[in-house]
Amino acid sequence: MLVRTLPGLLPRRLFSVSARMASVTPMEDIMRDKIAHAFTPSTLVIRNDSHLHAHHTAMEGSTSKETHFHVTIVSDAFQAKMQPARHRMVYALLKEEMAREGGIHALQLKTKTPAEEQREKEKNA
Amino acid sequence: MFSRTAFSQAFRPISRPSSRPIRSPAFALPSVFHARLLSSETRAAIDKAVASAPVVLFMKGTPETPQCGFSRASIQILGLQGVDPKKFVAFNVLEDPELRQGVKEYSDWPTIPQLYLDKEFVGGCDILMSMHQSGELAKMLEGKGVLVAADQ
Repeated sequence: MLVRTLPGLLPRRLFSVSARMASVTPMEDIMRDKIAHAFTPSTLVIRNDSHLHAHHTAMEGSTSKETHFHVTIVSDAFQAKMQPARHRMVYALLKEEMAREGGIHALQLKTKTPAEEQREKEKNA
Repeated sequence: MFSRTAFSQAFRPISRPSSRPIRSPAFALPSVFHARLLSSETRAAIDKAVASAPVVLFMKGTPETPQCGFSRASIQILGLQGVDPKKFVAFNVLEDPELRQGVKEYSDWPTIPQLYLDKEFVGGCDILMSMHQSGELAKMLEGKGVLVAADQ
């Protein structure tokens, strides 16, 4: 509230300090940022499923809490593209994060256009 | 529901020598840099693997003992669909690091499992699942004639 009423007195220092604080979800933040910029989605849901997979053999030695994600993206960018092409768009965007040691190990994707989402809603209504 | 379960059980002992591993090229790769490129030997081996049956799944583990939930789900879907075991082959990427890395580049797809139908890439587990739910997969598999005949 203070910020809104007294923009001139905005304590800038406080903001930069908080911005520098390490996020507890750095990977999710990157994903959200990249997806938001690339696809301007009307819906973006990122669910971190890592805890469900932490005991898997493949996760042995991994300390990351951000290895398994379920991402739902609704965007016009998927218009007229088959599912594999849509998934490839997301994979390409997150290529570095997926290739990186200790990065994203599994990425479940739901990629829809707004029209498809609408149709789905009507069907399930 | 009952017949579906029966199908899935019929599917389990399938996948002939369940994982015919791809032979690794005999030479050692000279450097990490080279290891990232898909060698023509690996490409040829994967070409062959993809063509080895009408339905080919690259997975982690074997159909009997999948080593990853997404591979397991994919196998179960193919079982529910009633894919003919004689027309199906699974490759265990965990048996061969070359295949594991190679198939990702080959398909331009960063994750396992990967399904091929008549040498054409179909998708990973999510795509399989949504096609299964929408009925698209049944249509596609039927069209390709890879399902167990109804009277069997």
